[in-house]
Amino acid sequence: MKYGYYPGCSLEKNARAYHESALVVAKRLGIEFEETPDWNCCGATEYFAINALAGYALVGRNLALAARQKLNGQGNQLVAPCSACFLNLSKTDHYMAESPELAEKVNSALAAGGLSYEPGSVRVRHLLDVIVDDIGYMTVAEQVRKPLYGLRVAPYYGCLVVRPDYQHIHDEPEYPLCMDGLLKVLGAEVVDYPVKTHCCGGHMTQISEETALEMIRRLLKSAADYRADVIVTLCPMCQLNLDAYQEQVNKHFGADYHIPVLYFTQLMGLAFGASPKEVGIGKEFVDARPALAKIQEEPPQNAKQKRSRPPKGALPMPSMLSHHKGGGQ
Amino acid sequence: MNALTRASRASPQTFMQEVVAATPGGDTHLELCLQCGTCGGSCPSGRDMEHTPRQLFAMIAAGMRDEVLKSNTPWYCVSCYYCMVRCPQEIHITDIMYTLKRMAIKEGYYQESTAADAPDFSETFIDFVENYGRSFELGLATRYHLKHHPLSAIKMAGFGLGMLARGRMDLRPTKIQNIDQLQAILTKAKELSNGSFEPGGAS
Repeated sequence: MKYGYYPGCSLEKNARAYHESALVVAKRLGIEFEETPDWNCCGATEYFAINALAGYALVGRNLALAARQKLNGQGNQLVAPCSACFLNLSKTDHYMAESPELAEKVNSALAAGGLSYEPGSVRVRHLLDVIVDDIGYMTVAEQVRKPLYGLRVAPYYGCLVVRPDYQHIHDEPEYPLCMDGLLKVLGAEVVDYPVKTHCCGGHMTQISEETALEMIRRLLKSAADYRADVIVTLCPMCQLNLDAYQEQVNKHFGADYHIPVLYFTQLMGLAFGASPKEVGIGKEFVDARPALAKIQEEPPQNAKQKRSRPPKGALPMPSMLSHHKGGGQ
Repeated sequence: MNALTRASRASPQTFMQEVVAATPGGDTHLELCLQCGTCGGSCPSGRDMEHTPRQLFAMIAAGMRDEVLKSNTPWYCVSCYYCMVRCPQEIHITDIMYTLKRMAIKEGYYQESTAADAPDFSETFIDFVENYGRSFELGLATRYHLKHHPLSAIKMAGFGLGMLARGRMDLRPTKIQNIDQLQAILTKAKELSNGSFEPGGAS
């Protein structure tokens, strides 16, 4: 199956590890990517604050170029690994479909560059969704050569892949499970912690550092409370904030967190038998090697299936009715 | 922006209608707000906001234009969409925050808010996008921080070196091939936006 591929600015450089590992994983899984030619920036969270129509036209150019790719002789699917790119592409497509007035104006702007875009003609996908939904856990399991036994991983979804979920991909935008399942298939021990869809602060590190550091601290604290060895992310912004600002969080709050933050594709690559270098390990600020050294040859013997109590001082997990003891039910 | 320009915007529209008209993408449902407060309770940066989104929407309904546009609230919105998926009335809250940012910039109000640097961060970011077609982190960080936080530039320099050492930052921006096409599209979009989706309409 051939997909259009929109790497986005972050994957070109700052999130190069994501790009490289995504390509390694795609190759193993038989996913063929064809990069959208001459794509431009999606505008992140900045363009809509300055000029809405120009913001939509900026994204519209990418959609128009992707629609022209004519892959598989049918409706194109465009894969964006970055959360912000994924959101902006699907939001523009969605709002153009919802609002004929917006579609008309975006198309008038695109016409100035000899382009046009019919809403709905490109289906925007996130890489995680493609791997879980199109490829499936079974095919992923077949590729696992070096299972991640003994590694405690905290799947971190962040915001924009699960919310606002214009395409209704996720059954539960506040408690998604698709990456949890994927990491289990790789042999890792998945940590169930309560902040997996909380925000990393986005661009606030640049605008109000205080605000951002507190948001990052909450995430690191929760992952540490639940004894995660690694935080696993699907977004360049989340990776940057949690990884590159971890030292500042420690300084600011007198904390001592050392939790590496890796992309889910990096862990997939390692489990598939790729070398750490091939999947970009070493580009992170918080060294991932000590955590990765915890991976064992054999599955842990006494792997507890039972849900354990939250550690002292940690945010409680939302409790389900069936877990109440001695209630009236 | 002076009082005369502000006065010239006076129109039969209510402030609520003006906000809705400036928010593209279908029905915003803003006028359906129940004042339930789910938005504020869901907001991860709410504690730094002068008004919760709920308060801000009540102020919009009350026509408190100056107070709304001076509020730091939209600038502390991190676009996480938590409020939007939880809002029982399906109000396009995040998009309305973007609209309020645009209105505050256009009318010069943001300079009085505690987030006065935020618009310049966005402006600097898009300036690189408009000139090259791609974002450019080193240029953005350098230009923005030297202008607004020169004292913390040394800290930022350390951060930048860390990024460079890990091969995570470019020294030069990358330009797309067809930058002329992109610029023609954006110029046309800005021309068109004078008549719609932008605060104040034709000016």
